[in-house]
Amino acid sequence: MNKTVFLKKPQTLSKKEFTYCPGCHHGIVHRLIAEVIDELGIREKTIVVAPVGCSVFAYEFFDLDGTVAPHGRAPAVATGMKRALPDRIVFTYQGDGDLAAIGTAEIIHAANRGENITTIFINNAIYGMTGGQMAPTSLIGMKTTTTPYGRNSKNDGYPIHVCEMLKNMKGVAYLERLTVSSPQEVIKAKKSIKKAFETQINGLGFSLIEVLSTCPTNWGMTPMEAIKWLKDNMVKEFPLGVFVDKTKGVI
Amino acid sequence: MSEKLMVKGTEAIAEAAIRAGCRNYFGYPITPQSELAEYMSRRLPQVGGIFLQAESEVAAVNMVYGAASTGKRVMTSTSSPGFSLMQEGISYIAAAQLPCVFVNVVRGGPGLGDIQPAQSDYFQATKGGGHGDYKLIVLAPSTLQEAVDLTYLAFDLADEYRNPVLILADGMIGQMMEPVEFPELRDLSTLPKHEWALTGCKGREPNKVTSFNIDPYKLEEMNKECQKKYQKIMEGERRSENYMIEDAEYLLVAHGTMARITKTVIREARSKGIKVGLFRPITLWPYPYEELSKLSENVRFILTVEMSVGQMVEDVKLAVNGKTDVFFYGRTAGVIPTPNEILERFEQLIRMVKV
Repeated sequence: MNKTVFLKKPQTLSKKEFTYCPGCHHGIVHRLIAEVIDELGIREKTIVVAPVGCSVFAYEFFDLDGTVAPHGRAPAVATGMKRALPDRIVFTYQGDGDLAAIGTAEIIHAANRGENITTIFINNAIYGMTGGQMAPTSLIGMKTTTTPYGRNSKNDGYPIHVCEMLKNMKGVAYLERLTVSSPQEVIKAKKSIKKAFETQINGLGFSLIEVLSTCPTNWGMTPMEAIKWLKDNMVKEFPLGVFVDKTKGVI
Repeated sequence: MSEKLMVKGTEAIAEAAIRAGCRNYFGYPITPQSELAEYMSRRLPQVGGIFLQAESEVAAVNMVYGAASTGKRVMTSTSSPGFSLMQEGISYIAAAQLPCVFVNVVRGGPGLGDIQPAQSDYFQATKGGGHGDYKLIVLAPSTLQEAVDLTYLAFDLADEYRNPVLILADGMIGQMMEPVEFPELRDLSTLPKHEWALTGCKGREPNKVTSFNIDPYKLEEMNKECQKKYQKIMEGERRSENYMIEDAEYLLVAHGTMARITKTVIREARSKGIKVGLFRPITLWPYPYEELSKLSENVRFILTVEMSVGQMVEDVKLAVNGKTDVFFYGRTAGVIPTPNEILERFEQLIRMVKV
C-alpha cells in the first residue's frame, strides 16, 4: 500500500532531482510541502521564494513560479509579492543561517506585520552550503568549522529560539516547531504544514513551521546517528510544540 | 494636463510615478526625501495602491524585488546612506532583469555625511554600486518639470528593457518648489503585460525569476544577454541638452542642479563677451559620450562642474579622449558652488590656458 503511494511524485515537485546529501531532511520537507500544495489545489496560484543556502535550488525543485531571494531577505521579497498579488499563495523556505542570522530583521518584521505569508524554517543548527560553520542555532559545545573547540557562550552567545522569539508578536497566526525524524512525525508534520498554508488561505496572518532537521554531512555522522543526535540534543534545546494557533474555529 | 501646480520636488516625483501607473511603493524614511514616502502613504490608498513602510532600506529594496517579480509597476525612494543599503538588492534586481524605479535624492557624504544637496553618488549610480557586471539606467533631472517627465518615462524604460531605472536627484531638486504640469493618469489596462512574471503558473509552465546559476557557462550566457541589452540602451537611450553651444569657444559640463546653476554662469560670462556653452547629460548612464566627444572638437577647453570632488569628470575625460583639456571645479559635503565662484575659476582657467 505504502509503496504505491510513494512511487508517485507530487505534481508540485519538478522533474529535477534533489541535490541534497543522504540523510538530509530537506527532501522530506520538500515532498511534504508539495503534497500539501497538491491536496489544497493551489499549485497554479502559489509562488515559492527560495533562500541562499543548501535549499537555494528549491525554486527549481518545486514545479511552481519561483525566485531566489538575497540571503535572509526572503520574507521581504515575499511581502512585496503578496502585497502586489494578495490572492496568490506565497511561501518562503529558509534555513537557520538565512532566517535567524542575516535575515533576523526581515523575519521579525514580516511576522510582526502579520504578513499573510507562510515560512518553512529548516533548523539544522549549522551552515550547510558553506561547509559546516556555526549557525545562530548551533548548540553550546557544538563543534563546527568556525567553533573548532565547541560553541562557547562567552564568545559566541547562545542558540537563538526563533519560535519563542516570534510567539508574542500579535501578527503571528500559526507557529509550530516539529521534526520529521520518524514516520509518525512525518505524518504529523504534514498536517501542520497544511495548517500553515490554510492559515494563509484564510487570511489569518503570518504562519511559520520550524523543522528541526539533520545535517549528517556537516555534523560528521551517519543519517541514523544524526537522527539520534537530533532527538537527544536538539529537541532538548528547542522544545517541540505549537506556540501560536489562531486557526481554531476557522480551519 | 494643462493645469500647472506649485509642488515640492519629492511630491512631484511621487505624483508623476502614480500618473505613470505605479501602484506599489516600499520605502524607509530618510532626509531629504521623506516627503516622497509621506505623499505616497496619502495618495496610493486613494488610487487602490499599496504603500508599505519597511523596517529598513534593505527590506524595502527586497519588497521592490518581490513586487517587481509579479510584473507590477513598483518604486522606492531614498537618500545616499539608504541607497548604499539598497545596493545588494539592486544587484539582484538588475541580474534578475526586473523593471522598477529607484529615486536617490543625493545628500552630502560619505558616511552619515549631512542632509544638504550633493552629487557625490555619481560613481555608485553609474558604475555599478553593487557587485557584478550590471547597469542601471540613470536619469538626472535639472528642473521639477523634468523630474516629473523623467519619472513618467522611467517606468516605460524599465518595462521596455526589463531593467531598473534610477532617478538621480539631489536635495535641491527634492526640496524646492516649482510649478509643474503632470501627465495624464495612465489607464492601468494599457500597461504592458509581462509573460515572465511570477503570478502562479495557471495554464502555463512555471516561471522562474533569478539572478542565480551555479554553472559558470550558463551564468555567462545570462550576463551576455544583459550586456546585449545594455548595448541597445547605449545606442538608443542617450539623452542630453546643449545650451548656447552654437558659437561656444569654451564648454561647461554639468548635470542636475549643478547644470541649472551653470546656466547662470554662462549668461554672466556671455555678458562679458566670453563665448561659452553648456553640455548637460540627462542620462548619466548611458552617458552621452558621442555627443560630448563631437562638441569637444570645437572648444578650447572644458570645465566640468559638480557637487562632488570630481566623479562625472572621469566620464567627460573618457568622452573627450584627449581632444581638448578637461578641468574640474566642485564643492563637496553638501556645499553648493555659487555662480560667482564658478565664474571666477572659469576666468582664471581662460587666463591660464592663454599663457
